[in-house]
Amino acid sequence: MNTDLIVAVIVSAIAYGTPLVLAGLGELLAERSGVLNLGVEGMMLMGAVTGFFVSQQLGGPGWAVLIVAMIMAAVAGALMALIHAFLSITVRVNQIVSGLALTIFAGMAGLSSYAGQVWGIGGQHGLHQLTRVDLFGLGEIPVIGPILFDQDPFVYLSWGLVVLVAWYLYRTRTGLYLRAVGESPRSADAMGINVTRYRYVHTTVGGALAGLGGAYFTLAIAPIWTDGLTAGAGWIAIALVIFAFWRPDVLLLGAYLFGALSSLGFTLQAHGVQMPSEFFSSLPYLMTVVVLAGASTTLARRRIGTPASLGVPYVREEG
Amino acid sequence: MIAIERTLDTPRWQRVALPFASLLLAAIISGLVLVLSGHNPITTYEQIYTASFTSAGALTSTFVYATPLLFTGLAAAIAFRMRIWNIGGEGQLYMGAIGASGIGLLLGSWPTPLLIPAMMAGGIVAGALWALVPGLLRAYLQTNEILVSLMLNYVAGLVMYFLIYDSKSYWRDLTSPTALVFPTGKTLSAAATWPGLTIGSFTLPLGFVAGVVLAVLLLALVRSTRFGFEMRVMGDSTSAATYAGMRTRRIILAVMAVSGALAGLAGASQIGDFGHVLDPRGLEQAQYGYTGIVVAALAMYNPLAVVVVAILIGALTNAGFALQGPGFPPGLVGTMEGIILFSVLGGEILGRYRIRIGSQLRPQRAEAEADAAR
Repeated sequence: MNTDLIVAVIVSAIAYGTPLVLAGLGELLAERSGVLNLGVEGMMLMGAVTGFFVSQQLGGPGWAVLIVAMIMAAVAGALMALIHAFLSITVRVNQIVSGLALTIFAGMAGLSSYAGQVWGIGGQHGLHQLTRVDLFGLGEIPVIGPILFDQDPFVYLSWGLVVLVAWYLYRTRTGLYLRAVGESPRSADAMGINVTRYRYVHTTVGGALAGLGGAYFTLAIAPIWTDGLTAGAGWIAIALVIFAFWRPDVLLLGAYLFGALSSLGFTLQAHGVQMPSEFFSSLPYLMTVVVLAGASTTLARRRIGTPASLGVPYVREEG
Repeated sequence: MIAIERTLDTPRWQRVALPFASLLLAAIISGLVLVLSGHNPITTYEQIYTASFTSAGALTSTFVYATPLLFTGLAAAIAFRMRIWNIGGEGQLYMGAIGASGIGLLLGSWPTPLLIPAMMAGGIVAGALWALVPGLLRAYLQTNEILVSLMLNYVAGLVMYFLIYDSKSYWRDLTSPTALVFPTGKTLSAAATWPGLTIGSFTLPLGFVAGVVLAVLLLALVRSTRFGFEMRVMGDSTSAATYAGMRTRRIILAVMAVSGALAGLAGASQIGDFGHVLDPRGLEQAQYGYTGIVVAALAMYNPLAVVVVAILIGALTNAGFALQGPGFPPGLVGTMEGIILFSVLGGEILGRYRIRIGSQLRPQRAEAEADAAR
């Protein structure tokens, strides 16, 4: 197999994997605090539509517009996550039902679609798009150049975030407290950690990252808005967290594996391979099923990773 | 500081008033969304009411949308009640539609009274088999059924597209030159049309009648049979069911199969009652499988309540399609469904808890509650 094809597959794997990295990291933080948020797909779509709308409206230099658009996308995702945080942490409704409700509310037939209509951005061609930045002129190096040094700023951001989250979880006191909250909220509470605050903060930050992940679709992959354009990426991100055993480094690799599968169809078709497009399109979904089944046998055998209080509301015994 | 604490009993007036208060809250929040997007909420609500109930033919078309939602609502309700989170109703509906239309095409020369049960069986089997994939994985490998059933929705959609748009399958119309350029499914014979009950100008689809019968049967199954008892125990506590010697794997598989069969029937009804042709785009845009989750959650997973909620959400969906246009964009219905769901979820719990503002319990009340708890 020639090197060009391999490089092309890896480069597009990174492009399609980046939203999964961002949304996956967000979900990982929320789940580490014990909150399962199934609203990722909805939060991503809100980020995608908000980011695109802001980038279409603002004037000024392209880089500034894109930065504001990314921030607003993160805010949109965070606001959506706050609804889930309130319902699941304060009101203590079933987290699965609340998360599903969030995806229905914000999802492809909900608020994201409505906002796209009201803002009139369907069918518009994007004015701004993130472009590749050749770091230190190293992009010319064969093979590793295009992979490591010639990506768009979002990709560099996602790498930075993976390192940051890993450092935060395993090397800081707050990260240790976060893991304590996820494993045993009662003990954490007894230690004087504010369980409710940790859960709110991490669920909301998780939503912001999902919003960013969604914005990657409309600001980097293709500068257009259509209803439901994330096509299940939010759900794949949730699956990735399980597959990664709640570890940021494994999550990055997993996201690129899925990115490669998502882009495999286009890459192979561009190289003249004839197959029904539905076959390639279904690969990421089928792969998720296979990977989850594989991960669940390992999980069941070793009981690793899963935060013990995941999905369980914390009720402080009083009175 | 706002805290929420358990109350020991709910006054009756609260239990009656809560659903209404939740709906009112939802109407107010939806109204805010409408105002923010430049619409008059009162006018919009009036339009919805007229379009779904009072204008000519409105009630009939409300039931067109209520019928699939009744099936997918029951599918989600039966599984969610057992804490088995089958959110694959969408894909199971597609597979049911493929199964029922396949049978309808194959046996098109059969007389209607035989063909209807055959088509239903086709939908039931296809939906149940598709649901058994996450069911088996959950039962034997403890694989998360939420994600697996959801992933299979996308796969089922792609299977449907493949059959009509990307292959020369048995389901596709290959007879005319136009059909080769603009792919469509084969239309079923007249014998495969399910007869509706016509009362004056109102038509009640056969599928809806079947759905009501199934809702009653499901209620009886859950309330009055040994198997239903086992299901309820497992729904409340898997470990209790295991310690009691119940075969939890068998229960998981049965619940998934029944849930998938119900969603498959929604697909069969789409073919027999309404479409008479396998239409991937139409089925995908309708999103009946996902909306079924809304119906089930609003009905608190009670099969009989599903019947009522299916009609209400069917009415809202109908209004959404009837009014679709610049003043009523397609995303509005989903947004409103989400708001209703949030309000009811939040409201139902507020009945069992009370909001306390401030940080300390008053001493006498704290003592009284401690006594009552003992």
